[in-house]
Amino acid sequence: MTVSTEAPPAPSRPAAALDLDALAGLRTVPARHPWRWAAGIAALVVLAQFAHGLATNPGWDWATFRLYFTADTILRAIGRTLELTAYGTVLGFLLGTAVAAMRLSRSAILRSIAWAYVWVFRSIPLIVQLVFWFNLSYLYKRFGIGIPFGPTFGDVETVGVLGALGAAVLGLGLHQAAFAAEIIRGGIIAVDSGQREAAAALGIPRWRQGWRIVLPQAMRGILPAAANEVISLLKGTSVVYVMAIGELFYQAQVIYGRTGRVVPLLMVATVWYVLLTTALSIGQYYVERHFARGAERTPPPTPWQRLRALARSLPARTRPAAAHTSGGQS
Amino acid sequence: MTTLTKPGPNPSGPAPAAPMVQVRGLHKSFGRLEVLRGVDLDVPVGSVTVVLGPSGSGKSTLLRAINHLEKLDRGHVAIDGELIGYRRSGDRLYELREREVLRQRTGIGFVFQNFNLFPHLTVLENLVEAPVAALRRPKAEARAAALALLERVGLADKAAAYPRQLSGGQQQRVAIARALALEPKVLLFDEPTSALDPELVGEVLDVIKDLARSGTTMIVVTHEIGFAREVADTVVFMDGGVVVEQGPPAEVLDRPRHERTRAFLAKVL
Repeated sequence: MTVSTEAPPAPSRPAAALDLDALAGLRTVPARHPWRWAAGIAALVVLAQFAHGLATNPGWDWATFRLYFTADTILRAIGRTLELTAYGTVLGFLLGTAVAAMRLSRSAILRSIAWAYVWVFRSIPLIVQLVFWFNLSYLYKRFGIGIPFGPTFGDVETVGVLGALGAAVLGLGLHQAAFAAEIIRGGIIAVDSGQREAAAALGIPRWRQGWRIVLPQAMRGILPAAANEVISLLKGTSVVYVMAIGELFYQAQVIYGRTGRVVPLLMVATVWYVLLTTALSIGQYYVERHFARGAERTPPPTPWQRLRALARSLPARTRPAAAHTSGGQS
Repeated sequence: MTTLTKPGPNPSGPAPAAPMVQVRGLHKSFGRLEVLRGVDLDVPVGSVTVVLGPSGSGKSTLLRAINHLEKLDRGHVAIDGELIGYRRSGDRLYELREREVLRQRTGIGFVFQNFNLFPHLTVLENLVEAPVAALRRPKAEARAAALALLERVGLADKAAAYPRQLSGGQQQRVAIARALALEPKVLLFDEPTSALDPELVGEVLDVIKDLARSGTTMIVVTHEIGFAREVADTVVFMDGGVVVEQGPPAEVLDRPRHERTRAFLAKVL
């Protein structure tokens, strides 16, 4: 097709060009969103009502809340909760890593055993397992070390080794390991197989291929799910109240059983659980950030860096339009 | 690493030295698909062999078989006179354990089509990893050698960068430097420029040409006919899992004897 330089004016379009230079000095009026504002205000009113109820309804009994919130027994109980969470996490993820490695192993025997482990421990409710471990001494009176089907070198009474706390940690850890194994396995199989191949082509020893090349990349996929698990373990420790271990929820129950003030003590436990979960979530953010290195061209800023950037940009925003063009990194 | 000045394989000359790479009777099937159906190949020391052929002809599988990333159904590979993947004792061949295969691979550099750099490690860490982990070099020594290699591929200023912060061409140059860090006896390239934008192909080919001039033994699987013509001592044309013909580029590329070679070249030139 030939294009003529003197194009005839197309009849359906305006002939005159718009003079864009004339727009340069005009003020831009942002679009208004009255319904957005109305909905926002309505939501705030409902929220304010709820807050008002919290503050004024005598049923919440904030005086009792204040009395027990930092009471010694409660603080000790929090220590117990954290202890159970820490032991459960460490045992769960160490064992879980081993089970995940077994499930990915080339040995059919190890693969089958690991599969069976996950199958069994995912099937048993945590509370059933805890009570079961608690009653282990009924099944095995003594606990010894020796050769399978052969002689025993020494043994101790099961009750002595496995107190209530030991049974709780064992139950939580074994339960957690089954879930941790699947999360870790999921992270590992999501890493591009070319990574392992490249490591093999470079002659890097096999355990180091896993530890140095594959696992750090798998961590990106593992961490969000793992943090979920740690948080649900933190709250899940409240289940061990059935074994009369003085963790947070059990202690709150003991106190309201004595004083009859159920709601404020439930609130004490609730607020502490929220605070502990918050701390874990903040930790999660920084750990994830560490393992994200190299994943993006520019690493995302920390909340602190974001805050400082915002503080720097504020004076610029209040100034008129010209200031925007000079934006950028300092 | 061989530091011979390039003798230039001379097909009509006196008896050649033992080849760096010997491939005999390779067979490999994936399920019912026969990918390699009896491949023989000799690569003289210090020479550049370019392997051409349509996709699915078995070029990549051949390369992967040479460094034992792919186990063979039949046939044998030797590098510098050492059998790869097996040990002969009397009239038996014993399969090597993984640890021993990994040691053998440190003598065989491999450059992948999609680089396979370790994205969570910096460029320098990518280069230092294998010499320290596989050859137990001291860290300081490995770092110094890595920086010299980065200089050689023109990326000395990128040592602290992460791979994803680099262009494709830069990443592939890092991958070449990473393979060189082990001072391999032979370098294998699996379509090193196929994942690159056209304007980035040149910088990678320049690095490979520079290596060729310095006498590194190389096998390059590629679709770059111009590169083959310029750099190759031997061009190997593969189709259907066999070597159809091989010879100097002037013969194979300009006067192919086989109909299949002619048909392929007519399509890509």
